[in-house]
Amino acid sequence: MTLKVRAQLQRGDFRLDVDTSWPAQGVTALFGRSGCGKTTLLRIIAGLERVRGAQVWFGDACWQDGAHWVPVEKRRLGLVFQEASLLPHLSVTGNLLYGYKRTPLSLRRLQLPDVSAMLGLESLLSRPVDALSGGQKQRVALGRALLCSPQQLLLDEPLAALDTQTKREIMPFLSRLAQASGIPMVLITHAPDEVQRLADRVVFMGDGGIDEQCSLQQALAKPDSPLFADEGPSSVLVGELGAADAHGTRLFGPVGSQLRVQAPDDTNAGPTRLRVLARDVSVALDDPARISIRNHLVVTIRQLHDLPDNRVLLDTVMQDGQTLLIEITPWSAQQLELAAGQRVFALIKTVALMR
Amino acid sequence: MFELSTSDWQAIRLTLTLCFFTTLILLTIATPLAWWLASGRSALRVVVQTVVALPLVLPPTVLGFYLLVALGPRGPVGSTLESMGLSHLAFSFEGILLASVLYSMPFAVQPLLEAFNNLGRRHVEVASSLGAGTLDRFVTVILPLCRGGFIVAATLSFAHTVGEFGVILMLGGSIPGETKVLSILIYEHTEAMNYAAAHRLSLLLLVFSFAVLFVVYSINRRFQVAKI
Repeated sequence: MTLKVRAQLQRGDFRLDVDTSWPAQGVTALFGRSGCGKTTLLRIIAGLERVRGAQVWFGDACWQDGAHWVPVEKRRLGLVFQEASLLPHLSVTGNLLYGYKRTPLSLRRLQLPDVSAMLGLESLLSRPVDALSGGQKQRVALGRALLCSPQQLLLDEPLAALDTQTKREIMPFLSRLAQASGIPMVLITHAPDEVQRLADRVVFMGDGGIDEQCSLQQALAKPDSPLFADEGPSSVLVGELGAADAHGTRLFGPVGSQLRVQAPDDTNAGPTRLRVLARDVSVALDDPARISIRNHLVVTIRQLHDLPDNRVLLDTVMQDGQTLLIEITPWSAQQLELAAGQRVFALIKTVALMR
Repeated sequence: MFELSTSDWQAIRLTLTLCFFTTLILLTIATPLAWWLASGRSALRVVVQTVVALPLVLPPTVLGFYLLVALGPRGPVGSTLESMGLSHLAFSFEGILLASVLYSMPFAVQPLLEAFNNLGRRHVEVASSLGAGTLDRFVTVILPLCRGGFIVAATLSFAHTVGEFGVILMLGGSIPGETKVLSILIYEHTEAMNYAAAHRLSLLLLVFSFAVLFVVYSINRRFQVAKI
C-alpha cells in the first residue's frame, strides 16, 4: 500500500509543489518549520482542502484525480488536530462514539473498551468535555479518531499545544498506538524529539516542497540532519527491552551490542527505542574496567566528520549493525589518533528510553 | 376597548402568515448564504454582503419602488411571468412576500453569519472526518452549536417583517386579505382619524415587539455567558 500525492498550489506568497509517495505503513513524519506547507499537504491528503489539479491515491483507491473526488467523510480517516477539537455539545462518550456510530458494522475493528484501555480513558467517560485537561482532551480526540477504525491516522501536531509535562504524559500513548494499532500514521511535527520517538520514515519539508524523504535511520545518519537542531547529534537504537533485574536495570538489544538501562518500573518489556545523545558517549581505545559508566560497546569507526564550533562527530557502527554517533573534541580525536576502520570502545553515559 | 374588528383580525392573520412564510423562506436561503459568506474565499463575497445589507440603509420606499418597477406588469420580472401565463407580482401577496424576504434578509443573514464565524470550521471538519455527510453535519453539529444564531435570526426576521411598512405600501398597496397588513391598517385608521382603532393595534404591536426583543436579548446574553 502506498500513499501517493501530487499537488501544486499558489496562495499569495505561499507556494506548495509536491509530488511524492510513501508506503502506507508505520509512522511517517512530515517534518519542517511552521509555514513550510506541512498542514496544507495533510489537508490535501485528508480532503479538507480541494486543490485544483491535485492527485491523491491511497493504495488502489483514488481519492482525488481530475473531477474525481472522494469527500472527507468517505475516506475513513482518523484526524487529530493541534488544538483540542472535541465537539463541545457532546459528552466524552458522545465524542468517542460519534465516528464509531457512523462506521459500517463490518468495518468496525476497534471497540470502545479496547480503545479506552489503550488510551486510559476509562475514568473520563462520564465527564463533560469542558472538565478535561488539555492532555485528556487530546487523548479523547485520539480515541475518537481510532474508533472510526480508520485506514489511516493523520495527526497534525497533536502535541504542539501541550506543555512539556502533558506531552510526556501522552507520548507513551502515541507510541503504543503507533505500535499496537497497526494503522498507518502520518504525523506532522516540528519537534525532532517526536520524530525520533515515533517515526519510521521522515519526509523533510521546506518552503512548500519536499527536501528529502528517507527512513529514520538514514535521516539520523547525516551529521547535519535537521533532526539534530535541538539537542545536537543523537542516535536512535532499536531493540528488545528485557525484564528488570534486582537492581532495577534491564538488558536492551542483542548480545554484543547489549546495554543495561534503567527504566521506570511500569515500563513494558518488548520492542523499544533508545536515544543516545552523541555528546553523552565517550571513546576509549582500551576497555576501562574501573569506571562508573557501565555500558561499554565495541564499535567500528566508519567516518569522522568535522562539526562547527570545534567538534568532531564519529560515525560508528555497532556489532549489530546499528549506527552510533559519538561527539568528541578535535583535540581528543588527534590525541587518540582516531581513523576510519578503527575499533574502539564506546562508553555510553546515559540513554533515554523513548517508548 | 380591546375589541378587534373583522378587518383587524384579517390584517392580523395576514401579517402572521406573511411573517411565518418570510421567516421560513429566509432561514432556508440565509443559512447556505451565511455559510458561504463565513467560509468562502471568493471576491464576490463583499459584493453579496453589501447587497444583502442594502435594506438596512435604503429608505423602504426605494426598495419598494424598484420592486414595483421590476415585478409590475411591464417590468422585466412581471412581464416574463405574464408571458408564461402567470400573473405579475405587484399588488399581490406573493409580491409582498418576495419584498419581505429581501427586506428582512440582513436580519436573518447577520446573526447566522456571526454564529458561523464563531463556530469556525474545525468542528465541521472534525465531524466530516468522522464520517458525517453534509446533512448529518448540519443536524448534529451546526444546528446544536449555532442554536442561538438560528433562534435570533428567526425571531428578528419575523419581528422585522411585522414592522414592515414602506415597501408594502409601495408594492402591495392596501388590498384587504391580500396586502393589507397591520402596519398599513394602522396607517389607514390614523388617516381616517380613527385613533381608538389605531391605538389598539399599535399597542398590540408595541407589546409584541418588546416581547420579541426581550427574548432575543436574553438569548444573546445567555449564549455570551455560556461562551465565557
